[in-house]
Order: sequence, then C-alpha cells, then structure tokens
Amino acid sequence: MADPDLQQGWVDAELAEEFPELAVWHTGVETGSGRSPDFVRERLRRLSNRITGGHVIHMRQDPVPWAYRVFWRQVGIDPDTDRTPVEQIALDRLKWGGLRSRNLLDDAITIATLETGVPVVAFDSAKVGEQIGLRLTGEHEELGGSGRPLSSRQIVIADEDNTLAVLTGEVAEERGVTPQTTSMVLASVQVKGVPMISIEEALWTVVDTLVR
Amino acid sequence: MLVTQPQGPRAIQPFAPPTKLDERPARQALLGQVERLEAELSSLFMSVWPRKGFEMGVAGLGGGPRMLTLAELECLRDDLAEKVEDARRSLSDRTYVEEKHRRRIEEMLLEPEKHKWVRVGNEDIGEPGCKHWHVTPRWGILGMLLNWWRVKISSGCPLAT
Repeated sequence: MADPDLQQGWVDAELAEEFPELAVWHTGVETGSGRSPDFVRERLRRLSNRITGGHVIHMRQDPVPWAYRVFWRQVGIDPDTDRTPVEQIALDRLKWGGLRSRNLLDDAITIATLETGVPVVAFDSAKVGEQIGLRLTGEHEELGGSGRPLSSRQIVIADEDNTLAVLTGEVAEERGVTPQTTSMVLASVQVKGVPMISIEEALWTVVDTLVR
Repeated sequence: MLVTQPQGPRAIQPFAPPTKLDERPARQALLGQVERLEAELSSLFMSVWPRKGFEMGVAGLGGGPRMLTLAELECLRDDLAEKVEDARRSLSDRTYVEEKHRRRIEEMLLEPEKHKWVRVGNEDIGEPGCKHWHVTPRWGILGMLLNWWRVKISSGCPLAT
C-alpha cells in the first residue's frame, strides 16, 4: 500500500510559542468503519499476548509514551489519572485479559497506538472543514459546536469553525465517525520527543488496517 | 527662536508604563523543570516496583488539557519536586531496611540456631513473589531440645484454590 498523504495542520501562535515542537498531522481515507475482519481480530490477539505487567510498568520509560506523558503533565493533566491513550489501552488489556474488538476503526487505532505509542483520532470527513489544527478555546465554547461546554484556554483539535476533539482524545460526537461514514480524516498530535517516523507509522497503520 | 519649558516640579506618572512582562523565559524554564521532574518520578517509579505503599501521584490541575498560567506551572513544579523528594526518601528508608533483611537471611543461613523461628519473606527484601526463609527445628521437638535448627526456604506462592 502507498504511504498516506500526510498534511501538517496549523498550530495557534500562542500554543506554538509555548510548545515549539507541537504539531498535528492528518490524512484522509476513503472508507468507513464496520465489523472487524478476522485478520484484525487475530492481530489484536497477537498484540495482546505481547503485553505483560512488566511491559506496562516499563512503558512509562519508553521514549514515545514518555513524551506524551510529559506533555500531559505540562498541560495540567495527571497522567496517572487521565492516562495517555497507549497506557490506557495497555492497562485495559491487563484488566480484561485481552484486547477487546469493538469495530474496525477502533481496532485499527488500538493496533496503531500500541505499536507506535502515538494516539490517533478519527473524524467523519463530511463533518469537518479542510483546515485542521490546534488552538486554545475561547470563552463559552462547546465541543463540536454543540456538545459539552469546554473551559476556556483548553487545547483542542479544531477546524475553521468548530472544536473537533479535546487533546486527550475525546472526539465531538457530531464530528466523529458513525456507521454511515464513508470517508474519514485521521489525525495525530506530535509532541516534543516523538519522531516523525512514529507519526507516519501510526497513521499508516490505521489506514492500512482500514483499507486492506 | 528657542522655546524653553517652564521650570516647575516634574509631573509624576501615577501608573506604570503599559508594557507586558515577558513570561516566556520563565515559562520555558518551568516546562523544562517539569519535564526533568517527571523523568525522575518515572525513574523512581521503576525503582520502587514491585514494592507497595508508595504514593507517587501528583494531582492534575483540572479544567482539561490547557496552557497553564505561570503560577500554576510553579505550583506543579513544586508539587512534583516535593513528590520526587518524598519518594526518594521513602525508597532510601525502605532499601535500608531491605538490606538489613538480606543480611539477616545470610546470618540465618550461617547460624540458624541464633535466629530461632525467624521468618523473612520476599516482600521484606523488595522482591516479588511469596518465597520466604523460615528458621525451624530439624525433626520437631527433638530438634528443639537438641538445638538442631535449619532454614526452610519456601518454594513460592500457594496454589490458587
């Protein structure tokens, strides 16, 4: 499969000044979600077998998960309470004794996040604008334009008009992927210490899993 | 023609000039400190594992992921520094006790009769598992009467029922 065409999103000036290495990358994929095929379930099973208690403990010192952990801390989140996506997936694996298959998109994101440590979010491309970026919220903003209220100066993924997702991964319900979605936008936030190759691999893995 | 200003008392400006303090250097320094302290805390967490009873959490500041104010960054830095210091001290105290337990195991193995009925577990030396060293008399009552003692080393955790 050809590499997906990655596009760098914009970053609000104030945010870029505070975190010069902060970036958001996105790419489009012409497919929807649905039930996971057997090969995806099998891949989840194999991945699940690789995760042990020791692996999860050591995860916080692996470069990419650690980079997100530090960033979480710098933006006022306790990474031991609101876990970074990769730590959350690994902990859920320990709790449930395996990686649960939910749907093709979620499974693809789980695989990509576990393999690379990079969180990925997906939007319905029909419900988001062309220009995706990172900015701080203003006063009285709501997630997705009509969702839950957001406190001011939160870091969000947004398009020209609306906030799309909170940095920690919560996607606005009205902008997210539904069973009716036929094409989507995948996005990843890059923070200091995360190499570009990890971002590329994360997005490529999701696209590859979705379209295979 | 030379125009001179009247020589009177100089007007005192009642307010500070409208310049904004540049917080950037301070903010960058604080972010760097938070990064280093988080690294130290993670490293301590690894050293502590599998021991239990260590509190290493530093609460989040609430309000979701956001750009923190300078005061909040300072507060976060101080909390992290305090937690790192506490964890380091607790770990140091714990490892001191564990070292004493290890020495005791060696003494028990050399002279079991001087450590009658003493029992040291893996937990006491900071290791995972249920293994323990227990000084017991050889051949029960007879061993007690004749002062024949030995160290029994358990084979591990009891089987789940």
